[in-house]
Amino acid sequence: MAKRKTPMLDELEKGKWPSFVSDIRQEAEWRNQTDVDLQTPKEVCDDLLDLLELSLKDQEGHWKHGGVAGVFGYGGGVIGRYCDQPEQFPAIKDFHTLRVNQPSSYFYKTEFLRQMCELWERRGSGITNMHGSTGDIILLGTTTPQLEEVFWELTHNLNQDLGGSGSNLRSPNCCIGKSRCEFACYDTQEACRNFTMEYQDELHRPSFGYKFKMKFDGCPNGCVASIARSDMSVIGTWKDDIRIDQEAVRAYVGGEFKPDGGAHAGRDWGPFDIVKEVIDLCPTHCMGWNGNKLGINNKECNRCMHCINTMPRALRIGTETGASILFGAKAPILEGAQLSTLTIPFMPMEEPFNELKELIEKIWDWWSEEGRSRERLGELMQRKGFAKFLEVCEVKPDPRMIKEPRSNPYIFWKEADIPGGWERDIKDFRKRHQK
Amino acid sequence: MPQLEVGGKSYEVDEDGFLQELEKWTRDFAQGYATIEGIEGELTEEHWKLIDYIREYYAQFGIAPMIRKMCKDTGFDLKKIYVLFPSGPAKGACKLAGLSKPTGCV
Repeated sequence: MAKRKTPMLDELEKGKWPSFVSDIRQEAEWRNQTDVDLQTPKEVCDDLLDLLELSLKDQEGHWKHGGVAGVFGYGGGVIGRYCDQPEQFPAIKDFHTLRVNQPSSYFYKTEFLRQMCELWERRGSGITNMHGSTGDIILLGTTTPQLEEVFWELTHNLNQDLGGSGSNLRSPNCCIGKSRCEFACYDTQEACRNFTMEYQDELHRPSFGYKFKMKFDGCPNGCVASIARSDMSVIGTWKDDIRIDQEAVRAYVGGEFKPDGGAHAGRDWGPFDIVKEVIDLCPTHCMGWNGNKLGINNKECNRCMHCINTMPRALRIGTETGASILFGAKAPILEGAQLSTLTIPFMPMEEPFNELKELIEKIWDWWSEEGRSRERLGELMQRKGFAKFLEVCEVKPDPRMIKEPRSNPYIFWKEADIPGGWERDIKDFRKRHQK
Repeated sequence: MPQLEVGGKSYEVDEDGFLQELEKWTRDFAQGYATIEGIEGELTEEHWKLIDYIREYYAQFGIAPMIRKMCKDTGFDLKKIYVLFPSGPAKGACKLAGLSKPTGCV
């Protein structure tokens, strides 16, 4: 139990939701009773809770800004945390966070999880966050001398590497992909691993002006939300038509198959109404149902995935698959949250992914050269304009990059593109065009 | 503030080991600190090239140089910098150069 009275933390244990306070208290109790040879102070969890109570009381944080703790050979992976009341809370005077590169799609053996927890209770605080928003396993709180020890055990015994932190490539992340999901348009796990291995230097040794995230979504359902949370979003798509099994469509309409794979079953929604629940909800109105046959005008389809999600046994993604590449998403920092912008409408995604690597490297060069310190790629794109960005990518503007006509025009002519340049003979012009 | 003993002298440093009194920096400080930062033996000409570069840049602009600029101006690539300073340009090279802690956290 915590050493002091913590009335405000106690409030956080009330109510029906799981409470992180209860979790930390449970760990604190274990640490006080265990006979494990703990390498960090026994009181880390107690002190952490007491410090939090003080922060709530003072209404200000008690962690110092920054800190550059780390392990030899790496510039990233450890986030230095120091308490600004070290005398009051000696057990957490240094309480660093480690980011550990997660396995693709979070496939774990329970054996691995047990080993990791054992390591972290012994050499850290026992407190983890599975997973951080970038995707890493987050190990919260250890002392400076334990950093190298944890790193050694992680890499030698658990075969797991540190992830990214600071101004570097953050741990790439992917959805569950082809291992479990029939919507995956490319092998997201293969791509994620390939890029992780290719860019080890960028991942471990910060050299950018700020962070860079890449995420791999197998289809536009976007299970890792790459469009909202990554500087480079790779989103699976297909070129040809949605495959339709008319027999199966009729089976959905006839009630033989449950829509949405039987989800939303907690309430009786009445019989499946294909017109109301699918056709009328199509955002581009490209579908029709004549009572017997489903038709899709594939040219108009914008890959919203709703029809496929609702009737997965009847509709399938096309066969010519690859990915759309988008750039520049970020959380609100300077300009507010931003979704990534479509840059490459379709790119085949086959190992070794050279086309995409060439593209990223061009962009990294430009960003490193032109970007200000702590300027995300999306902010640089906004500052310099999309036309400039396309020029850097050596990509021609394409109507598919525009959300809707007149909403985000970005094509500006350059003098070199105009026959005769900006100068023209006005008399000659007036001969052909009256005032 | 923690004190650090280097070469028989005592220096005031922050919790990450960054020198607090910048004017107290000497070449002996850098040499004495090298072993703590995982550098074996005497600092070489290449180490000094980077340390001097960082100190000159800091004297001129008041901040540590960006890594990319550091690589460009010294001709060392990032790998080389980590070979010279195993704890990296920020934690290693800047610390030996006597700069205050580089800004930024996560």
